[in-house]
Amino acid sequence: MQWILPPSASSYAGDIDFLYYLILVITGVAFVVVEVGLLWFAIRYRARPGRRATYTHGNMRAEVVWTAIPAVTVVVLGIMSGGVWNNIKGRDSVPADALPYRVTARQFEWHVTHPGPDGVLDTPDDFTLRNQLHVPVGRPVVVHLGSEDVIHSFFVPAFRIKQDAVPGMHIRVWFEATDVGAYELACAELCGLGHYRMGAMVTVHETREFEEWTVGQAALRSDAAQGVTP
Amino acid sequence: MTSVAAAADHAHHGETHELSFVRKYVFSTDHKVIGIQFLLMSLVFLFVGGLLAMLIRWQLGFPNEPIPGGAALPETMAPGGILLPEFYNSLVTMHGTFMIFFAIMPLLVGVFGNYLIPLKIGAPDMAFPRLNMWSFWVAVPAGILMLSGFFVEGGHAAAGWTSYAPLSAVSEYTGVSAGQKIWLLSIAILGLSSILGATNYITTVVQLRAPGMTWFRLPLSIWALFITAILVLLAIPILSGAAIMLFFDQTLGTHFFDPAGGGQPLLWQHLFWYFGHPEVYILILPAMGMVSDIIANGSRKPVFGYHSMVFAIIAIAFLGWIVWGHHMFQSGMNPRLGTGFMISTLLIAVPSAIKTFNWMGTMWLGSLRFHVPMLHAISFVAMFVIGGLSGMFMASTPVDIYIHDTYFIVAHIHYVLFGGSLFAIFGAVTYWYPKMFGRLMNPFWGKVHWLLTFVFFNCTFFPMHTLGVYGHMRRIYDPTQYEFLQPLMGINRFITISAFLLFASQIIFVVNFVMGWFRGARAGENPWEDNGLEWTVPSPPPHGNFATVPTVHHGPYEYSAPGVVEDYLPQNRPLPDGAGRDAR
Repeated sequence: MQWILPPSASSYAGDIDFLYYLILVITGVAFVVVEVGLLWFAIRYRARPGRRATYTHGNMRAEVVWTAIPAVTVVVLGIMSGGVWNNIKGRDSVPADALPYRVTARQFEWHVTHPGPDGVLDTPDDFTLRNQLHVPVGRPVVVHLGSEDVIHSFFVPAFRIKQDAVPGMHIRVWFEATDVGAYELACAELCGLGHYRMGAMVTVHETREFEEWTVGQAALRSDAAQGVTP
Repeated sequence: MTSVAAAADHAHHGETHELSFVRKYVFSTDHKVIGIQFLLMSLVFLFVGGLLAMLIRWQLGFPNEPIPGGAALPETMAPGGILLPEFYNSLVTMHGTFMIFFAIMPLLVGVFGNYLIPLKIGAPDMAFPRLNMWSFWVAVPAGILMLSGFFVEGGHAAAGWTSYAPLSAVSEYTGVSAGQKIWLLSIAILGLSSILGATNYITTVVQLRAPGMTWFRLPLSIWALFITAILVLLAIPILSGAAIMLFFDQTLGTHFFDPAGGGQPLLWQHLFWYFGHPEVYILILPAMGMVSDIIANGSRKPVFGYHSMVFAIIAIAFLGWIVWGHHMFQSGMNPRLGTGFMISTLLIAVPSAIKTFNWMGTMWLGSLRFHVPMLHAISFVAMFVIGGLSGMFMASTPVDIYIHDTYFIVAHIHYVLFGGSLFAIFGAVTYWYPKMFGRLMNPFWGKVHWLLTFVFFNCTFFPMHTLGVYGHMRRIYDPTQYEFLQPLMGINRFITISAFLLFASQIIFVVNFVMGWFRGARAGENPWEDNGLEWTVPSPPPHGNFATVPTVHHGPYEYSAPGVVEDYLPQNRPLPDGAGRDAR
């Protein structure tokens, strides 16, 4: 059985992975205590001739102990989780210098509007790609997420990020890629018969390479598709 | 005990002495017959739900290969034996729907609520026998209607058992029109059945307890069914209301949930899960209650910490109302709500831990009899713990970002609902079968069925945690579409083969169940040497249950009490002087 998380490539993935392993250890201990206990009791206290079960209705002290330990554990875990959650999903968690993108989901594709060389959305140098998201390494990126039809979910496993795209809602979600490479983006919410093939690619570039690529794309599009920007 | 007394009892309740076959076995008002009717109905739907799961597993283990014998399926489902993606979505939707609404819920609430409540509290029948009859005969057409969806144009509902809008609200999005409406109508009709049943259970427990059956002498199974009935009564109307609103969106052009006309997709999710999370506890609390009864019997010991077991049931039921948002952490609702829902969710670990350790405490220093119900009950504890612990991962909001909507969730729900509820159901059916039919199921084949189910259950569902850890999304038709899922195909195939073996193992249960009815050993009144009032009457009990109204002298778990020769003491027999002082 494999319990090790696959490699990650975003700034906050480490925090999520740490909590995952912490819970794995806590639940692992509880799992062993209960399962070994059950097995041990089943063997030790099996019916044997001439021995009667011990008549008892319980033990207050024992019950207080096994009420208190889980209670303290979950409160600590909740506090630790709350902090990480706010850093990732909190409404004011998006870094101020984040590069903006607009991702619009529809059955069964992702339309990704890149901000272009000026790094600002809704300017003439924006360009839109289908099922492709290109971002620079080491810089926070904020995605303005929307949907044209049903609920989809923006899921990049390597970045440990997932956010539903809901029609009629505008949701901001951010991440910062830490490693250059290509990563798969998947739809994680059942969205119709093509749900299973609603994938896309996230390409993380070196900063310089990203700038060159952006300029090239913007030039390409302003020649070919005048006035088609959303 | 005698037919004279029983007949007198009938007359007392205004029944005719000789009931016709139809009144006795079809449109019966006897809670025992209705319980058995629910049992047969929900076992059929359990089989249907399992069959759908087999098709799902074939596609995931062997994508785009023809199903053996699949040529029998129509072109609209599987041309050439290869499943279509739209049919796959229907399968996923209907597997969940049948299992939750038509198998597990009626098995726990419909069967054992009906069968056990009057017998265990010492009542001749339910408070409203005719209402009870209706609760069954409303469920049957709902089930037939739900089945009919497979045969309408456009196929059956395909928006998941959670039916998220707007996918479910606008037929263009799924290509399913009639199926989606049938799904909602059937759910609304079934809801009526549940509400009728719950009203009856609550009234019966409050009003019809035998003399001496105080609240804290009730068996934990009855406590659990009572609390569950309250949950049903409060939760189901919310689902019914939401279903009617969605139906209006589909048919009348209202836009409650469709943003195209100003509706709110998240409103559906809030309503659905405000029902849906209490529903989760509806599906586990009765199982917990019956397992408590069986473990005490198998251990020949009183339940450890009876009072805290009762309070834990109440605490779980209460917390169950304030955790629904944990299904929606990634839905786009205000992230601040996420933290609140996380805390309430994590707190459920506390009463769950109390229950688990008290079950272990019950076994501690016991004299364990490993009869088939006991094996299932211990398995329930062992498997429920895994399902409970895996819930900690999703409760933690940051970890949930990653594992939400993956196979980790699929593993979790199946450890709770199959490893938990269904093992308890197998145990409970085997345990009360002799009372229902007067004969025992074969213990040898019962143990074989238990062992195979236990092994193949774990082979099927444990590896799903690994799929989830790798990010494998749920509800996808063809995992080979993604590069990062390619290395997981070996695990998918292993799961599929295990699932087939798990399904095949259930044949033993079916054969044992049917054969026991005709050939099983005669059970006698009290084959398990239990203390419950149902074991003080003949098997099966006559119409009206008790020849004379029983008087209850103590709680239901007086096993191995000092000063008593046997190691059990039925609730209608007084404790000898000085014995069991803390028994209350």
